[in-house]
Amino acid sequence: MCGESSVKKTLVFVHELVASSPTRSRGGADGVVIETRQRFGGATFDLMMRVALAVPCYVDQFRPEAARATLTLLERLGCEVSLGFDAPCCGQPMFNAGVVTAARGAAHEWARASAEFDAIVMPSGSCTHHVRHHVPALLDDEASRHAARVTYELCEFIAGVLGKPQLTGRFPHRVAMHLGCHAQRGLRLGGSTELHEPPQGPMHTLLSGLDGVDIVPLDRPDECCGFGGSFAVGEAEVSVVMGRDKLADVARHGAEVLVSSDPSCLLHLDAIVRHGGSSLRTMHIAELLEEATR
Amino acid sequence: MSGHPAAAAGFLIDAERAAWHDQSLWFMRQKRDAGSAIPEWESLRLAGQALKTHAMSRLADLLEEFERRATANGVQVHWARDAQAHNEIVLGILRSAGVTRVSKSKSMLTEECGLNPFLEAQGIEVVDTDLGERIVQLAKEPPSHIVIPAIHWKREEIGELFHRTMGTPAGETSPDALAAAARVHLRDALLNAGAGITGANALVAETGGVVVCTNEGNADLGMHSPPIHIACAGIEKMIATRDDLGVLLRLLARSGTGQPVTAYTTHVTTPRAGSAMHVVLVDNGRTKRLADATMRSALHCIRCGACLNTCPVYRRSGGYSYGHVIQGPIGAILAPAVDLDRHHTLPFASTLCGSCGDVCPVRIDIPAQLLAWRARSAAAGRLPRGYASIFPLLGRVLSKLDRYEFAARMARRFQKVIPASWLSGRWNPWTRPGRALPVIADESFREWARRAGRGS
Repeated sequence: MCGESSVKKTLVFVHELVASSPTRSRGGADGVVIETRQRFGGATFDLMMRVALAVPCYVDQFRPEAARATLTLLERLGCEVSLGFDAPCCGQPMFNAGVVTAARGAAHEWARASAEFDAIVMPSGSCTHHVRHHVPALLDDEASRHAARVTYELCEFIAGVLGKPQLTGRFPHRVAMHLGCHAQRGLRLGGSTELHEPPQGPMHTLLSGLDGVDIVPLDRPDECCGFGGSFAVGEAEVSVVMGRDKLADVARHGAEVLVSSDPSCLLHLDAIVRHGGSSLRTMHIAELLEEATR
Repeated sequence: MSGHPAAAAGFLIDAERAAWHDQSLWFMRQKRDAGSAIPEWESLRLAGQALKTHAMSRLADLLEEFERRATANGVQVHWARDAQAHNEIVLGILRSAGVTRVSKSKSMLTEECGLNPFLEAQGIEVVDTDLGERIVQLAKEPPSHIVIPAIHWKREEIGELFHRTMGTPAGETSPDALAAAARVHLRDALLNAGAGITGANALVAETGGVVVCTNEGNADLGMHSPPIHIACAGIEKMIATRDDLGVLLRLLARSGTGQPVTAYTTHVTTPRAGSAMHVVLVDNGRTKRLADATMRSALHCIRCGACLNTCPVYRRSGGYSYGHVIQGPIGAILAPAVDLDRHHTLPFASTLCGSCGDVCPVRIDIPAQLLAWRARSAAAGRLPRGYASIFPLLGRVLSKLDRYEFAARMARRFQKVIPASWLSGRWNPWTRPGRALPVIADESFREWARRAGRGS
């Protein structure tokens, strides 16, 4: 669908079109994500969205299967996905470590790579949070503001932008859900106990819509797992105790699978699981949804 | 390791005790959740934020209004630029009245100023009358939490301490019996003190009054028994009107302990007949903070302790790991302003999980200030060890795709030839506390995409 007739536009515009004329958008296995015909002065254009998959550095290296699952899943949902996003990192590791000057280069490169896309999907809430909330303040230019506008965390993209909060799929397992804190309280993609909210948000919706899934309630559903970027090594002892406590909560409720939308939390939790030799299966939400919708 | 990481690691050596500490404070967080589960909670938080923002924006006017009204009420108002001035003012008041024994209710301001050791060095006996404060005072320790100072003490240990210091029966661990013994012990101090020192939860400009909240009533006995009452308060305690208390007191009690309101809430405006009342207004860095637009809102803090209770790092590292009079997330953004060299590791003692900001009753954006302090630490050359060499390099590697891919390929080869036991030595903070090494995949996603003819 990304033929010569494609016209670039902002996602805000797409939202308006879709909202004002829902019958014009179609999706599913037979169609494109959002395709709307719009008439300009007698001429007709096909307006389409180019979706890019942006793979954060550590996912690229440590958990490429999460990126592949994201790609497969997006394609299965009718997206045409470009893999042409050519920046390695949004700069979050340096920024959160306080070394702001060292975060600029990566952020700048990230914003540059974002320019040609109308929607960028990332299988990471934490990186999305950084791109949306910190990069524009750091760089203060149009490229970074564009990047902030068009970057989406995977679950919010599927449920919100694609408008598919309910997928046809089956996952007959006891699952513990862990939303990364930046998705939870930074992007507000989950119900927060501090704000007296029930479990909610795109990841919870997508997960609970699957057949056979049993989402176990945790004693501390939105307690941090202890990764925290440089914290994981700078405060290594506290970090690991927090991770162990999270895993103990998961184990207490008999979950077979721990799923997260943040691969960075999983990198840390999985390392504790492997060290301790537990049988818990850690999955990225893309891996789970991909497996469930096969 | 030094600073917070070292102290936290020390706290975690006794894993069982650390888990108990975590659970005790999580229980406080749960009490706060239950106590704040009212329909208007978020509106109250907005109102609290607004009234504190308003008060700080015209602090100078409000302070003068307070002084006028309080003076008219017969209260003597004193101004202290710093901790030393505060301590000397208090000493002067006590000396001129010939007081040698004072009772003191809970006050983080006097802890901040080091009033107890200062007065004791001048031969004046100070008895802390809040039960938790008295426990840590008897143990010759500072408080480990701003609201529940002895939260790190188990009741068996308190029983032993009281046996040693108050002569309670050995092995007595019943909270009722221990509290009863403390009541007798403290009543003596309260009734025989020459002066009573209290803190202040709020200073009300409209009335010239001081508001003190306790659950034990010790502040009331302390201010009403002796002939002299001295209220010591940081200037950021100022609020404009008495009506503001309707918001503030609800936020304070519900956030701190989950109670609708504290058991004793006293709004004292005038001295009793025949007795004197003093208010000491203390700056000690607060006006400097007020001039700092990025960090200003930390002055809104009402010292409820909710951010400590919810903080996953505080719960697992204990109050002493902060090395500052105010602990936890709020302490981590207050302490660096006092002494960045000494406290530079505190803004890094956080995963930036954001829970502190969400429980804060006056909506201080603590996570944003933690990040801002990290940047200031970096600019001042006071980063945690290793950061200054690692992150600039990492920033260069991660800013270009070709550099990044080259470095990743090198790391993968490195991983294949170096024995895992070397990589997971004691030097490696990733593996040291019990984590397996991360495994770099044989083929990165980008390499796979290129192989599949799709990549960049």
